Amino acid sequence: MFDEYLARRYRTTTRPKKEHYLVKDSAAIVGIGATEFSKDSGRSELQMVCEAVKAAVDDAGLQMEEIDGFVRFEMDYTDEMHICSSLGIPKLTYFAECGWGGGASCSTIVHAAAAIAAGVAECIVCYRGMNEASGRRYGRIPGTPSIMTAPRDHFGSILPFGHCTPPGWVAMFASRYLHEFDATAEDLAWVSVVCREHANRNPNAIFYDRPLTVQECVEARMIIEPLRLYDCCVDTDGAVAIIVASAEKAKKLKQKPAYIVGATQGNATEGELMTSYYRPVISGLPEAWYTGQELWRVTGAIPSDVNVAQFYDAFSPLIPMQLEEYGFCDRGKGMDFCRGGDRIRLGGELPCNTSGSHLSEAYLHGMNLIAEAVRQIRGTSTAQVKNAELSLVTGGLGIPTSAILLRN
Amino acid sequence: MSVEYNADQKIPHPAMWGVLYKSSTPFWDGVKEKRVMLQRCKSCGYWLNPPRPMCPKCRSQESEWVAAKGTGKIYSWVTFNESPHSAFKTPYEAVLVELDEGPRIVSNVVGINSDELEIGMPVEVTFEDVAEDLTLPKFKKVG
Amino acid sequence: MVMEYNPKIPTLRPYIDPDNQGFWDGVREHRLVIQKCKDCGLVIHRPRPMCPRCLSTEREWTPSMGKGVIYAYVNVIYQNAGYPGIKAPYSVVVVEITEGVRILANLYDIEPEGVRIGTPVEICFDDIADDLTLPKFKRLNS
Repeated sequence: MFDEYLARRYRTTTRPKKEHYLVKDSAAIVGIGATEFSKDSGRSELQMVCEAVKAAVDDAGLQMEEIDGFVRFEMDYTDEMHICSSLGIPKLTYFAECGWGGGASCSTIVHAAAAIAAGVAECIVCYRGMNEASGRRYGRIPGTPSIMTAPRDHFGSILPFGHCTPPGWVAMFASRYLHEFDATAEDLAWVSVVCREHANRNPNAIFYDRPLTVQECVEARMIIEPLRLYDCCVDTDGAVAIIVASAEKAKKLKQKPAYIVGATQGNATEGELMTSYYRPVISGLPEAWYTGQELWRVTGAIPSDVNVAQFYDAFSPLIPMQLEEYGFCDRGKGMDFCRGGDRIRLGGELPCNTSGSHLSEAYLHGMNLIAEAVRQIRGTSTAQVKNAELSLVTGGLGIPTSAILLRN
Repeated sequence: MSVEYNADQKIPHPAMWGVLYKSSTPFWDGVKEKRVMLQRCKSCGYWLNPPRPMCPKCRSQESEWVAAKGTGKIYSWVTFNESPHSAFKTPYEAVLVELDEGPRIVSNVVGINSDELEIGMPVEVTFEDVAEDLTLPKFKKVG
Repeated sequence: MVMEYNPKIPTLRPYIDPDNQGFWDGVREHRLVIQKCKDCGLVIHRPRPMCPRCLSTEREWTPSMGKGVIYAYVNVIYQNAGYPGIKAPYSVVVVEITEGVRILANLYDIEPEGVRIGTPVEICFDDIADDLTLPKFKRLNS
């Protein structure tokens, strides 16, 4: 059942015709807004989301009344109903919810762009707000769990073994990846080091003033072998809002539009929430491969056309794995692509994660990566790629995922 | 009809809804001191009811909490004949009271029979300690 | 043996549903059984209501030899990133058994620093509480 994936063949005969893909160039990201990124926001998620939406509306040059749609994360503690009551948004004609943790990041844009292309709404907010550092940390389970029975069959099959947090879940994939391709902790460290270099140029990054060396990475404390401290993203309090509008409306607004060339999602069979260990190959990410194949199909672009990429990096091994799955290098060559950092840092062949991303800027479930991709199109990044025309963003891994390709 | 509680059952506590509760913290802090606190926008004076982090009229984040007089009128009510929760004995009424300041709040009545209740009936606040860690604002007949 | 449980923080229990009950019933009786499609014979883990190959809902539980090799592993070193009721360090392994499917479990007699991908192992069962038995793997023929 994995022949298609194993042979790296993507059957397009069962896909809708390319000319039916109405999303292409129908919508653009017109506004981005965020709170500060911190370890303790001192306020509610609802307040931070309202602040981020207001900032994005101001950034776009919109009136609050023009917002007519919302797309939320299934995991978010806030919702469009309460947000509209704070922001005074009189009515919505479209609202949707995206599942699968950080896999939802670019999914929100898929839903927004599709709704706009279908004429359901014209100006849609996609957002995420979380007190993930001061509140409930995803990397830990609550002190003494009151639950004796894990919530579902899936969790029930892993939690009794103490396999209970995302770093552990991803470490299992990494264990195979490092083993199969003979990669070392030092190889992996380059991913974290390059993200940190980019964060050191970004005053909004949590690790703005903290340089990082390969030596520090490999000597850092082990969290869950084979992942060390700097292989893991930075727990963050904050909120990010992204506004998607029709291409027609985008032309009349304040900012240079970041047009959505393509926005795709992908699920693959034999999947489990971050523990898909029962597939023939687990050193790859078939969801990302499907998402990528569909993205290249509907946009007509190929990986070498991309000028800058923001890969979802809750953990460092996910970047080399995605370089392979999205077709930037051959299978097993992702680590070579990252080693030494020259090909992925600013000025390299494919500058990656130019804001510092989850490893060093902030962990906002992928939404800060979308904001950075937009800045690259606008020409306002703190690690700006010259004349960036095509900007790629990917969603969370180990789960059903998503990706978008933006153009100027 | 006043609410009677089953003593051995835990009454739902506002803190159980931890996330949005943050906006309502001053309201519940006020209740502990036997006051009904209302949130008002500092810039334009708009009542923020229910409480929220931003004014929907002028989008200011500056707000103030003021004590209501505690008097108002029954605006609407419902009678529960089937208990929705093991802590509540039936029948009882849930009422919507419009305070004299303008905002409406959901509450219960104390000492008012079901057949006496009517829309427009003047009421005033009273505070009932329903559990060791929970006081609720309720409404009784004026005077 | 190599896992240290804190009795004050109960280990989370598996969630038993009609689809996986046979597996956990077997574990309680110290037998490893794997779901098998009655129609096409596909061996399936993790348990599920329908055969992904022939879409049959007819299934049976087939006994496994319980022998295999370590396919992947992680070592929980930082206590806060693991389960509070299990003392770190401890290992979580995915073992590929000879029947061709993989099973997630802990190790019984291999310390975290000794874990290697490819090590031959066999199933054993650990009664960690009156009402909880977990499958674990130990060195083959140990």
